[in-house]
Amino acid sequence: MSIRLEHLNYIYSPNTAYEKHALKDICLEIPDGEFVGIIGHTGSGKSTLIQHFNGLMKATDGKLFYNGENIYEQGYHMKKLRNEVGLVFQYPEHQLFETDVMADVCFGPKNQGLSKEECRERALEALKLVGLKEKYYKSSPFELSGGQKRRAAIAGVLAMRPKVLVLDEPTAGLDPKGRDDILEQVAYLHRQTDMTVILVSHSMEDIARYADRIIVMNHGEVLYNDEPKKVFAHYRELERAGLAAPQVTYIMHDLKECGLSVNIEATTVAEAADEIINALENRKNKTVEKGK
Amino acid sequence: MIRDITIGQYYPAKSILHRLDPRVKLVSTLLYLISLFLFRSVAGYLAATLFLIAVIRASKVPFGYIVKGLKPIVMLLLITVVFNLFLKKDGEVLFSVWKLTVTTVGLRNAVYMTIRLIYLIVGSSLMTFTTTPNELTDGIEALLHPLNKIHVPVHEVAMMMSIALRFIPILLEETDKIMKAQQARGADFESGNVMQRAKAMIPILVPLFVSAFRRAYDLAMAMEARCYRGGDGRTKMKPLRYKGRDWAAYVIMVGYVVSAAVIGRYAPFKIWIF
Repeated sequence: MSIRLEHLNYIYSPNTAYEKHALKDICLEIPDGEFVGIIGHTGSGKSTLIQHFNGLMKATDGKLFYNGENIYEQGYHMKKLRNEVGLVFQYPEHQLFETDVMADVCFGPKNQGLSKEECRERALEALKLVGLKEKYYKSSPFELSGGQKRRAAIAGVLAMRPKVLVLDEPTAGLDPKGRDDILEQVAYLHRQTDMTVILVSHSMEDIARYADRIIVMNHGEVLYNDEPKKVFAHYRELERAGLAAPQVTYIMHDLKECGLSVNIEATTVAEAADEIINALENRKNKTVEKGK
Repeated sequence: MIRDITIGQYYPAKSILHRLDPRVKLVSTLLYLISLFLFRSVAGYLAATLFLIAVIRASKVPFGYIVKGLKPIVMLLLITVVFNLFLKKDGEVLFSVWKLTVTTVGLRNAVYMTIRLIYLIVGSSLMTFTTTPNELTDGIEALLHPLNKIHVPVHEVAMMMSIALRFIPILLEETDKIMKAQQARGADFESGNVMQRAKAMIPILVPLFVSAFRRAYDLAMAMEARCYRGGDGRTKMKPLRYKGRDWAAYVIMVGYVVSAAVIGRYAPFKIWIF
């Protein structure tokens, strides 16, 4: 039960002046229930990659297995795949079209062929999950603020009850509070429903905080595919790929160089704070011992 | 899928055609289009074909790419053929089936009209393939400049055109994105009858309109923020100037039109009814 990619290649506009080899020989496996972060600079192939997960883009070459079945095989039920792998695009609020939020969120379930009551039930559940207040359910999606629109749009995908949720930069253009809210809700969902979550982001901090594993894309290739701590240990190489490790990583490395014995593997602010406090206390104890 | 629409798109390459002054290309395209209607004989079309092939070769745009641009007009071509074939009643009757008769004149008209339409499209798309939208509007603005005297807002019209052209690829991309987003939510654009398919378009059209308006509004703001106020006193970073090759191109073009007209009218060259 997983998504597995074998030697996947994708070429945009082959045999023209606009030809671009966007994905080069990608081999990956994303097991069920994992929280995976995908990072990479602009144009590294992240968005192209995730559109393969639900069959919206067809690889030029290679295989993609969902639950052991090759989705490029003839007669594969693409619609079923799209029901199970929910994809939230970048700026998902640009896809809203219905007269009110409720109807828009119902669009997905309706396409799944569910009854009106079931659609409504799922929409209510999804709207609650994303934390959109009830007074907005009946207003036009175009009247909402940016953050609320984004929530409504994400609810539109959640209402389909996907087993795998793919989010392409869900926090782009949001303020820090909106960003934290949405990521917290995604993490909550992940904990509650053991849904597989694939989060594409530019922000190392966000990814470091939530992901079990990080996939680093660079020029259409997978550069690293490992636990956050191990990936961030390569922070010099990350810089060369146009990325950066979380600020915490830099601070920890600098502190270590200055002689404070901290664990440089800390990746989140909370971990780093504990580490520094511990290190300082250790040092104080040592000096006290020496003084005796 | 939707990105495959090539008509009206720029194709970057390094060729003599790409380097020509846009005014030359505009005037030449116009002359070529007119030349197609100056004759109705095989010899004339032969001349037009040879010239077109030579220009395509010089443009370095792949032939397959140009043919792809013809796809959207296939329907139009079919309708033209059918109407010309069956509705012309004069001339010798070639054959008739049920109530439909095909005459020599009808067949000739159908073939000529098809060739003309294809050459019209190929000729004008060659211009857009080799000219960036900016150059194109610069060229149009320069050519229409005399109309300023009779108070035609030439610059504004040219600016509107260049914005419209610039928006074509943006909106195509946007459409592609919205289609994918709705497909990800289980939308189905391919199955069902005409009514169902038309209805399935709503989830694409509404967001597309909203986004077009948003973009237009943003662009207007950005232009005003940079003190755009129309054409008066506005200078150009790269003003258009004719070079030697441009004059040479004019000479070649006029030479072609004259010779095509002469050959097309007076060459005693005939194949069957054509």
